[in-house]
Amino acid sequence: MMKKIREKLSGGVFFTLALSTISALVIITVFIFVSGMPLIAEVGLFSFTFGMNWSPGQGQFGIFPMIVGTVSVTLGAALIGIPVGICCSIFMAEFAPAPMRTVFRPAIQLLAGIPSVVYGFWGMIFIVPAISNHFGGLGMSILAGSVVLGIMILPTIISISEVSIIAQPRTYKEGALALGMTHWQTILRVQLPAAKSGIVAGVILGIGRAVGETMVVIMVLGNAVALPESILDSVRTLTTNIGIEMSYASGQHQQALFATGIVLFVIIMILNITAQIITRKKVK
Amino acid sequence: MGKSRKSKIKTKDLNLYYGSFHALGDITAGIPEKAITAIIGPSGCGKSSLLRLFNRMNDLIPSARIEGEAFLDKKPIYGKNTYVVDVRKKIGMVFQKPNVFPVSIYENIIMGPKSHGTKSREKLAEITETCLTQVALWDEVKDILKKPAQELSAGAQQRLCIARALAVNPEVILMDESCSALDPESTMKIEGLMLELAKKYTIIIVTHNMEQAIRVSDMSMFMMIDDKKIGRLVEYSATSLMFSNPKDKRTEDYITGRFG
Repeated sequence: MMKKIREKLSGGVFFTLALSTISALVIITVFIFVSGMPLIAEVGLFSFTFGMNWSPGQGQFGIFPMIVGTVSVTLGAALIGIPVGICCSIFMAEFAPAPMRTVFRPAIQLLAGIPSVVYGFWGMIFIVPAISNHFGGLGMSILAGSVVLGIMILPTIISISEVSIIAQPRTYKEGALALGMTHWQTILRVQLPAAKSGIVAGVILGIGRAVGETMVVIMVLGNAVALPESILDSVRTLTTNIGIEMSYASGQHQQALFATGIVLFVIIMILNITAQIITRKKVK
Repeated sequence: MGKSRKSKIKTKDLNLYYGSFHALGDITAGIPEKAITAIIGPSGCGKSSLLRLFNRMNDLIPSARIEGEAFLDKKPIYGKNTYVVDVRKKIGMVFQKPNVFPVSIYENIIMGPKSHGTKSREKLAEITETCLTQVALWDEVKDILKKPAQELSAGAQQRLCIARALAVNPEVILMDESCSALDPESTMKIEGLMLELAKKYTIIIVTHNMEQAIRVSDMSMFMMIDDKKIGRLVEYSATSLMFSNPKDKRTEDYITGRFG
């Protein structure tokens, strides 16, 4: 009898603790929406997301330049990170000899462990001047952000893609090779398509990481609130907007930053849910 | 040996090592053309390893090392200038479990020919129909060619795998216990198919099932490990002869069910 009660009790404790994790998500979500929604309601969703002018002092709250900033930097990071990441995962899964793999894998994990402020610092000291010297301008630019973020999202893309390539049954590979296909054809036509959903999920999670990254973009983008004309122009992202202004904002201005948070939140939720749907399909 | 046939594949003192482990010792044999040769023997005697030597699937195992020679139509399979892909184009393989690719039925069939440079759609469609007809699957799947191959029954999947191998236009087909994962009815269908295919192709099967060896094969190879655990070819003769009048005591013990 005692045992039964204890069993039930411990179940309850674990359930409560598990629930608190989910409630954190709920609380944060509710908090952001409650704090930001009034401003969106006042300004109007359209003029908030597509407004060109951000001057909180004059009551102008248009975040479109920052949406463009986020999208352009993320796109640039994806252009750099996806091909490099996928090729690296193919190399690790299919070509790297075992000893090399035991060096590469922890090294890539380590890449994920570097604090983002260090990435940002490196970008400021190394990438920004390099761009300035080669292409002119200040160097603080979409290009600089794309390069640094492109490297930052590599571990996510590589580890998820590699696992999903390795997880494919050996018999697919054997079957393809037995048809007289070359190793490369086997990878391209059989193994990659079979691992497609995992790779896509990895890419989406990597992109989600790029969208949400704050420190690096504050440090290397230059933070100009304007529509960029080239990849050498400075931009501000949604995250930067919150990160820079939160410390001194109050009243409507603060609400507007929370509203920026809502937009960011929605974008990242869409990306994550898409990734989950894609991976779940595969399991079935 | 019954009628003497030309040898399609020949091996001479073929040895296989996995690292320091000596898996196969001094295999010397000639596999007759357009006939079914069955490799039989107890588990772990190296049947599958031998089969995989013919199309160089053991190349995938980094520690595997070959000594001796093997020839396909007098051309070396393990020659310095032999391109492994050319060997595998001529020697197709069907595996133990159906391993259709996770794509449509049609794409499974055209995977090989497309990779080898056949581009024309009409030609690919023609290959698909011919090969599926050869394995008696065409009527069943002709309206669902775009459907995922993994939705077919296991027996149909295995026949699809045979059709996929045929699509490359091989000369030899290796079958590694290709019925062991199937129900009796599918097994009968595949056996019938083997007999049909043997008119055009050289077929080598590995089987645990001695009745199957008797039903379908012309020649039988009995393999066993010796006291050093090296897989050896103990007896190789016409199937009817081996099962009626085995020469070696070990063969007799095995086929009469005394062990294995």
